[in-house]
Amino acid sequence: MRYAETGFQLEVDLSKGSIEKVETDPRDTALFLGGNGMNAKLLYDRVPPETDPWSPDNLLIFGNGLLNGTYVPGANRVSVDTIAPLNGLMGHSLMGGFFGAEMKMAGYDRIVIRGEAPDLVYLAIHDDKVEVRDAKHLRGKGMYDTQRMIQEELNDKRAWVAAIGPAGENRVIMSSIDCGNSSAARTVGPVMGAKNLKAIAIRGTKDVYIANPAKAWEMCSRLRKRLDENPNVGDWMAVDEDDSFHHNNFSWGNARVRRKTFWSATLEERWRNLKYDHMSRQTGCWNCPKACHNVIHWPGRKRFSYKCYGKDTYHMASFQELDFTYEILGISQNLGLDSYSTPQVIAFGLELLHAGILTEKDFPGMPKDVRARFYYLLDKIAHREGIGDILAHGISGAAAIIGNGAEQFDHNTVKKFEQLPIKLGKLNPAYFLMIATGEDMAITQIEGSFPQDPITDPEMKEEFIAKWTAVPDEKFVEWFRQWEKRDQLPDDAMCAITDWNECMHYLDDSLGFCGFVSSFRGQFGGTTGYDIWIMPEVITHVAGIEFDKDRLWECFERNRTLVRALNNRAGLKRSMERPPEDHWAVRNEEYEQELLTKYYDFKGWTFDGIPTKETLEKLSLGYVAEDLIKRGVLTGNEVTALKDARARKEKE
Amino acid sequence: MDKNTKKTKIVKDIKVETKKCVGCRACEIACSAFHAVPRYSSVNTTRSRIMVVMDEVRDIFVPIRAGDYTPAECNGRNKYVIDGIEYDECTFCPASCPSRDAFKEPDSGLPLKCDMCESDPPLEQPMCVDACTFGALTYEEREVEVFEEEEQEKLEDLEIVFESLIKKYGKKKVRSTFSRLTKG
Repeated sequence: MRYAETGFQLEVDLSKGSIEKVETDPRDTALFLGGNGMNAKLLYDRVPPETDPWSPDNLLIFGNGLLNGTYVPGANRVSVDTIAPLNGLMGHSLMGGFFGAEMKMAGYDRIVIRGEAPDLVYLAIHDDKVEVRDAKHLRGKGMYDTQRMIQEELNDKRAWVAAIGPAGENRVIMSSIDCGNSSAARTVGPVMGAKNLKAIAIRGTKDVYIANPAKAWEMCSRLRKRLDENPNVGDWMAVDEDDSFHHNNFSWGNARVRRKTFWSATLEERWRNLKYDHMSRQTGCWNCPKACHNVIHWPGRKRFSYKCYGKDTYHMASFQELDFTYEILGISQNLGLDSYSTPQVIAFGLELLHAGILTEKDFPGMPKDVRARFYYLLDKIAHREGIGDILAHGISGAAAIIGNGAEQFDHNTVKKFEQLPIKLGKLNPAYFLMIATGEDMAITQIEGSFPQDPITDPEMKEEFIAKWTAVPDEKFVEWFRQWEKRDQLPDDAMCAITDWNECMHYLDDSLGFCGFVSSFRGQFGGTTGYDIWIMPEVITHVAGIEFDKDRLWECFERNRTLVRALNNRAGLKRSMERPPEDHWAVRNEEYEQELLTKYYDFKGWTFDGIPTKETLEKLSLGYVAEDLIKRGVLTGNEVTALKDARARKEKE
Repeated sequence: MDKNTKKTKIVKDIKVETKKCVGCRACEIACSAFHAVPRYSSVNTTRSRIMVVMDEVRDIFVPIRAGDYTPAECNGRNKYVIDGIEYDECTFCPASCPSRDAFKEPDSGLPLKCDMCESDPPLEQPMCVDACTFGALTYEEREVEVFEEEEQEKLEDLEIVFESLIKKYGKKKVRSTFSRLTKG
């Protein structure tokens, strides 16, 4: 008997029209947990590096976190993974809400999509009944209509529908996969489009089993209460009306302009009224005692919901106010466009026009008003018309096509992925490492456990430490104690901090926890919902697999190393591991490279950022080492980064 | 027995404040876990005796609890407009009925009905209420006075059931089934 997981995955080949329910090996669960870990393994095993991400041979995997569908509070996230056409590396996106739990109850831990349907189809799953259905009539339909029409066709209002909009159908790089109030927005939408898969509708009526019922229930009830009462978990942006942090510190337009004094009390009051005058309610995800989505009803628009920084991106890219985001966000979501990258891409396009690299001729019929221009470009991008067809490649892709100096305006991407528009003064070494090496592409998916800033008041510092139960090792306490200035900690501390931050995200993504109740929320206040001490007990009682801290940490290392190896095999190079050149005004190339070498060494990677044979073998990934050697990525004789002759030269 | 004497009886209610519902379905999850055998051994919201009718676009979030089984679909469908939001009649209906896929045991198709989590020892409040951290569900007990006679009627109800069973299956079959089921 399998607990928490079903022990089966659904494998669909859209080229062949084949559908298989495949039993999985429980030993893999003990090694990779689920979610992004199992997805990375499947991608490694089945998608060789010569595969074109757009081709039918690429996989699109919806992988449940191990604990999804159980009563563990806040576990509901599905890792949607693929090889991203954006940059040829592993594309990883997360979707909360209800899709994952419904998939579990239908009897599957994950859905693995391969191939390409001859024409637009959708997948209808009701327990063991799985059908590939014609979706030609849904072509061009937005999220609202797609979901409603499929539910009506299936005569099941309780079916959850994860769909792409016109943007995904047209393979726009910034397109998302949406389901109810949740969205897998980063790099995965276009692959669903390339597979001619409009949607997956799912309904399940089976049991998800719990290993140790009485103990698990008692523990989860206690955790639920704790999450509910802890103000440090959940999304503060859903409830706190003071959003001076993003508006005064992040950059506006194409990640260009900082407006350090933008926020004011009158503005806050105006925006508060704007929100509460138009907010229908707040909504949550499966079994979570936090409600992080604000549902907005704007005149002339259908209701939509947003969470987190999605509240700010459109008006900050266009130098408008919150009303503009409320006005446009529902439209953009309905088209199936990500609200993180898309506004930056539009601002980039308009900047090129202003700079004369693009001309009025490239924007025929575009209105003068900036708000109208955003609508104009949104539509052009989603339908790939005119300049929209080029901008649909994302900033890096579009800059390469446009040429003529456009590359200079691509100043806020890492590995071609648009970053948060943060432009700061002084280099922060831990953030350098996270942004440079993080393979989840966005800083919010990497940072989160170690506090962002030191506490200088000794009394408050000790108070923080006393409550800091999440800390995995005493060494972090010592570093925190001695920490005075943000950028000043020993390099080995910077490496270990980056590692811990990454660890909690990797565990969240494989177990199904939302960062808001776990990995992302440790940096504020220290008492997050789930940490490295709590997680093992939860897995033990719910999934019935004995875990302790060390064994769980090793799962993180395994999954992290596997993702790295997958990307190394796909062509990830040390030279690509660079934060945007203007991320900090003051840079020190020599120091940064030294730090990067130290971090690679800390991780057991080579000077080129590839896990060594020994590192891979230690993590039961010997077969990966063999494959990398066979493919010439490794020789097998490499040493870790600091022992490399190039590192010594670097030092001299 | 004097048919005119009154006695007090406790009626259990769950008050639903739809404005407070966030659609997390914790009520459904707790319900299905509590009714699992052994208790808390599984989650399957199709087995829940509470269901959140959800539609974000229309701002409908209504937790409804399973009531009685009805063999027939209702023929007239009303729509209710409350505070500008249009609801189907089904949104509020607790029945397990043929016209929708709700409140039926997924394995047997038998109707499900909320039992207010009756258990021994009794819970302070039903599990769904306990799970609702947002206060959309609150448990209320109220005392009502009933005539003894009404209690009597209940017994008569049971008699009707047995009569119809006897009519259908014969005395012998009903007697043997009854004694088998009530053994021990």
